[in-house]
Amino acid sequence: MLRICGLGCGYLDKQILRDIDLEVDAKEIVGIIGPNGSGKTTLLRAVSRLLKPKEGAIYLDGIDIWQMKYKELSRKIAVVSQGAPEESLTVEEFVLLGRIPHFDGLQFLETSRDFEVAQRCMVLTDVLKLKDRPIGQISGGEKQLALIARALAQEPTLLLLDEPTTYLDIAHQVGILDLIKRLNRKMGLTVLMVLHDLNLASEYCDRIALLSEGRVYTQGVPQEVLSYKVIEQVYKTVVVVEKNPVSSKPYVLLVSEEERERRKKK
Amino acid sequence: MKSRAYRWVAWLLFLIAAVIAISCFSLLVGSSSIPFKNIVDVVLRREPCAEYSIIFDVRLPRILLAFAIGGSLSLAGVILQGMFRNPLVEPYTLGISGGAAIGVCLNIVFRLSNSLGVLSLPVCGFLGALSVVVLVYTLSVKRGILKIQGLLLTGVMISFISSSLIMLIMAVSRTEDLHGIVFWIMGSLEEPNNALILLSLGVSIIGLTVSYLFCIKLNALALGEEEAIHLGINVEKSKRFLFIIASLLTGFSVSVVGIIGFVGLVIPHCMRMLVGRDHRILLISSFLGGASFLIASDTLARTVIAPVELPVGVITGLVGGSVFVYVLTRRQILPKGK
Repeated sequence: MLRICGLGCGYLDKQILRDIDLEVDAKEIVGIIGPNGSGKTTLLRAVSRLLKPKEGAIYLDGIDIWQMKYKELSRKIAVVSQGAPEESLTVEEFVLLGRIPHFDGLQFLETSRDFEVAQRCMVLTDVLKLKDRPIGQISGGEKQLALIARALAQEPTLLLLDEPTTYLDIAHQVGILDLIKRLNRKMGLTVLMVLHDLNLASEYCDRIALLSEGRVYTQGVPQEVLSYKVIEQVYKTVVVVEKNPVSSKPYVLLVSEEERERRKKK
Repeated sequence: MKSRAYRWVAWLLFLIAAVIAISCFSLLVGSSSIPFKNIVDVVLRREPCAEYSIIFDVRLPRILLAFAIGGSLSLAGVILQGMFRNPLVEPYTLGISGGAAIGVCLNIVFRLSNSLGVLSLPVCGFLGALSVVVLVYTLSVKRGILKIQGLLLTGVMISFISSSLIMLIMAVSRTEDLHGIVFWIMGSLEEPNNALILLSLGVSIIGLTVSYLFCIKLNALALGEEEAIHLGINVEKSKRFLFIIASLLTGFSVSVVGIIGFVGLVIPHCMRMLVGRDHRILLISSFLGGASFLIASDTLARTVIAPVELPVGVITGLVGGSVFVYVLTRRQILPKGK
């Protein structure tokens, strides 16, 4: 579905990504992990066409995304970014903005179908009860849900998310990712998301790509990528990888300096 | 969401009614006030008499011009504020008025209107405005991308440079020219040329129509440029078009009536509080609101110490500015705006 071939890109004269090869199959959840500054967000920006590749290309269903019209692409790819939206819009008005890609050239008002889709997306993300509240007055977790609702209103086939769980408590982190998993399983939505938390990536992603210094260090199922050798090498941190007793997915534990020293002495 | 449609229609009808009511009032009052029943009489009989000529030759053209200019300036303001995502931008911040003023000053100093006719004044103003627009625009385009913040800073700097140049011109010009320059800078809606008034009306209506095609794009741009791209908007193209529309509207207005401040800043702001931030209603209501505001200000300007006439820019500045400050400070006292 999405094929990134030999991608190199960056800002002005600073090259950030090099030789990125990554494929995302339809109906798959792929996570991008990596240390700060490894180019995770840049990769997502390249896929959402905010950055033009210097080398290589990105194909969506076999078509170079830079050959598509803006509108065409926005009907296929929706992005949930970290940006705080316009504060005074109500949740419903905000979600309705997601229908813009489906407007005709001279259409000014939403059709009844637009309202239906927006309504359905708000039900899916459980923000319907907030629909008349201004975005500025709802909590961080609810804001994230509203952002997802707007992205869903675009009726995309590929959903991109940039760290959807930052600043959220554990209940909301799990809530958001459960929602994404549900959308993926029930509606066949393909998902590519940047995650900071290795354990969440392990639990929720079908495949993980680990970036290091602008290159794909390794990619594969969580069990392959999240081994302590790989993580210690990329993150330069001592970790212990165990198995989650419930899901039997890998689980990354951190070790403090004090403990490390104590171990050394023994 | 049905309620939203009703609310929009209600606002639209209210603003249209306001424009009509203020225009009627403006027809009635002045240095010689005409009772309403006489107006009906005069209009129906269509006979040339003193009152007929006051209404159709003096007051109506002024009202039409005020409608066009007030609408244009306010529309330019709302477009620029929308695309800059900054409610303090106004048409004059971009240096357009400065450019127009230099054009007009040079015209007056070199006495071009003697040889080229009276119309050369607005033409020079428009050329001046246009050259500033081109300058600001080319300075702000980097690698094919229109840098919005750069545009703002360049515009402000060009404003400063042009006001210095105007002072330079004034310092070296003859006393009799000085009067003309000062008079033009103060701005006036007295325009003897009917063709120019009709042209202004045309420009303002076309401006409204064309910019309305961008209302959805402005709504998306309110979320930020990157979000607008995610929503399938060709942001570069839209920014360019919007900037050009706003500049042409401002440049044209300034070259016809001189510098009338505050309309493009205050009216969009007030309208945003009244009708909301959706550009589908905001563009039209700003246009109508600006038109009403300028007609009312002009009426005040010519009646408050009649028969002497105040510069209309003084009224818009005083009234608009104080209303603006009042509304802003009052809003902060109330908890959370509402």
